[in-house]
Amino acid sequence: MIAHSIFFYFFSIIAIISAIMVTASKNTVHSVFFLILDFISISCLFIMIGAEFLGMIMLIVYVGAVAVLFLFVVMMLNVAQQKNQWFLSESSSRHIPMGLIISLIIFFELLIVVGGWKYKPDLVNSTNISINNDISNTHSLGQVLYTDYIHIFQISGMILLIAMIGAIVLTYRQREGVKKQSYLKQISRERSEGVEVLEVPSNKGVQIDD
Amino acid sequence: MEYLNIIFQEVYKILFLLVPVLVSVAMIVWLDRRVWAFVQKRQGPNVVGPFGLLQSLADALKYIFKEIIIPASSNKVIFILAPIITMTLALIAWAVIPFSENQVLANINVGILYIFAISSLGVYGIIMGGWASNSKYPFLGSIRSAAQMVSYEVSIGIIIINVLLCVGSLNLNDIVIAQQDMWFIIPLFPMFVIFFISALAETNRPPFDLPEAEAELVAGYQTEYSGMMYAMFWLGEYANILLMCALGSILFLGGWLSPIDLYPFNLIPGAIWLIFKILLLFFLFALVKAIVPRYRYDQLMRLGWKIFLPLSLTYVILTASYLFYFNLLPKI
Repeated sequence: MIAHSIFFYFFSIIAIISAIMVTASKNTVHSVFFLILDFISISCLFIMIGAEFLGMIMLIVYVGAVAVLFLFVVMMLNVAQQKNQWFLSESSSRHIPMGLIISLIIFFELLIVVGGWKYKPDLVNSTNISINNDISNTHSLGQVLYTDYIHIFQISGMILLIAMIGAIVLTYRQREGVKKQSYLKQISRERSEGVEVLEVPSNKGVQIDD
Repeated sequence: MEYLNIIFQEVYKILFLLVPVLVSVAMIVWLDRRVWAFVQKRQGPNVVGPFGLLQSLADALKYIFKEIIIPASSNKVIFILAPIITMTLALIAWAVIPFSENQVLANINVGILYIFAISSLGVYGIIMGGWASNSKYPFLGSIRSAAQMVSYEVSIGIIIINVLLCVGSLNLNDIVIAQQDMWFIIPLFPMFVIFFISALAETNRPPFDLPEAEAELVAGYQTEYSGMMYAMFWLGEYANILLMCALGSILFLGGWLSPIDLYPFNLIPGAIWLIFKILLLFFLFALVKAIVPRYRYDQLMRLGWKIFLPLSLTYVILTASYLFYFNLLPKI
């Protein structure tokens, strides 16, 4: 049990420090790296409470895919060279009260949710899911998702698909003058189309149409 | 005292796994160069030791004594971290590889997800190395590599789903045991081919070694690295290749199962069969390197997203329908 709490505090301290460093570090690329560290330590915490599937999916989805795209964008925009002067600049003094208000609202919301969950358990109506300790985490998650909540699960998948297609459609633009390779055209070329044998008169040459 | 004992035992086990992996990485580099040379009718490294077996050790010694140069304009912390991360990630994934029914360092329930997660983290070593070098070639190389690895991971993930549909468990040992009657390479042969090609792309092997295409990018993300740090990238890369071979043999070639379940073959320990299968797959990797020209970047992306992804998704639907229709879905 001692080892358990040592690891718990170890990961939570790393998670909190790196979360602070995401906003505080001056280099934006460093911020993304701290964000990744935060994701990793949170997935370690998930694994520690026995949610191994969730922890691994967190690693695969957030660290393996989402954060890579974050890094991509941050590196491509070339904001790495721009130092983050947020705490020093004049204009930031206007943003600080706004940020404080938003974080206070989030804090109270969390307080209400966690407090209600702790002291009034009947407020949260999710007790019809029984937890079976005999089967593994992944199996029980699958059973809940694919039997009890199959329609909601499928609808959320459809929403994600539509969002993905929408993002592609919105950013797609047909550009003029871009050379594209058509594999079908290349493969189906015949010799007669490509090669032409001409009689070349001596000292005259021939005109080749382009 | 008891804690100390447990820690000592675990450290012993880890060393017993890691030292052979590192030695075999050195040997596999030699094998790779040798196969490559023989295909091109050359001799390859054959001077140091018998058949040139000690060539990799000589190379490693050379790397250790070379000076580590850190570019003045680089981001020093991340520059040093990048090869360390690459190598660590390549080595920790070996923790869940089962060498026989009981010989596995950590027999966790979500073993396949663990390997998948670790291999998806592998892209960070490359991105960090390329970005921290603060130089054009490494940066271009790392951007290419990140896009390539992320796209091919998608198809590898869907191929893994195919196998998991037939197994009903995420545990690597269960995956191996489920192949006792028939290796998955037989019903899922198209998936094995796609997995093999995706594994080539995932580990930046030729013909998909665009991140380090020497004709265009000098050495990609490794351009600014020297000495031991370069050697660590290189070790990590080959450890990853071995890991992909191990994953392929566990998913499709029956892992530590013996190919013929008869008397004299049963006696051979599972670890030997697994190593044999890994070597077989690696031999194919080395052959491909020697005989296939490099892909162009847009062709690579097209192959990943427009061909492999739809194909493997279709095969998931086929597998699921087949298992459902004939009532063969694994019972939990």
